Amino acid sequence: MLITNLEMVPGRRVLEHLGLVQGSSVRAKHVGRDIMAGLKNIFGGELKGYTELLQESREEAMDRMQSQAEAVGANAVLNVRFSTSSVAQGAAEIYVYGTAVRLE
Amino acid sequence: MVDLIVFLVLLSLGYLVGRHAEKKHYRSIIERETRLNALPAMAMRSPPMKEYYSQALVTGNVVISVDYFKRFLAALRNLFGGRVTSYESLLDRARREALLRMKAQAEALGAKMVFNVKYETASISKGRRQTIGSVEVLAYGTALIDTRRQ
Repeated sequence: MLITNLEMVPGRRVLEHLGLVQGSSVRAKHVGRDIMAGLKNIFGGELKGYTELLQESREEAMDRMQSQAEAVGANAVLNVRFSTSSVAQGAAEIYVYGTAVRLE
Repeated sequence: MVDLIVFLVLLSLGYLVGRHAEKKHYRSIIERETRLNALPAMAMRSPPMKEYYSQALVTGNVVISVDYFKRFLAALRNLFGGRVTSYESLLDRARREALLRMKAQAEALGAKMVFNVKYETASISKGRRQTIGSVEVLAYGTALIDTRRQ
């Protein structure tokens, strides 16, 4: 499965457009990470726990999008976009969407 | 009285540790930027239509927090209005760090360039007494890998 945020693939033609596919995941941080984050709020700097958390969350959303694309018979997802929104305090939603296509 | 002492201790801790951390971070950013300059990242949407390029999505993200002293400065700035330089430098660091992580991932794949780079910014701990505190920046793009060498 080819996942790209370009609108075309060099050297390959798009045979069929299969519509929008999407994946989302909402994650909350656990207490241990929250305490570390509280300390970092005094000293400043990177919050590694959150970086990892959001990365994992993004991977999960991508997996979901990929399985949806497979279900409709696509072999590539073009023009992929990421979007993040904070739903409530302490939880973030990661949303990934793109166009499922069949390439030659 | 105790409150004031705690506040002053936090303020000076934030100032000393935060300033040191920021300087260190900027040094490391500049060093990696010069090293990764050979790998251009572009906001262009159309790649060169050459058949020997394969592509992969690359991402880089970072969550970064402002220190206590800078948050205090920003709160003061809120009274008078104007440029909030303490948050400007926070976002600058976050964006550059995210782009560097994306580039590092592209470099590990042996990419020649990165196309259609996009940024996505979100504030994480919003709502806690109306402070921004920390932001997440995600940079993503498509790495073009020259397959002729393999």
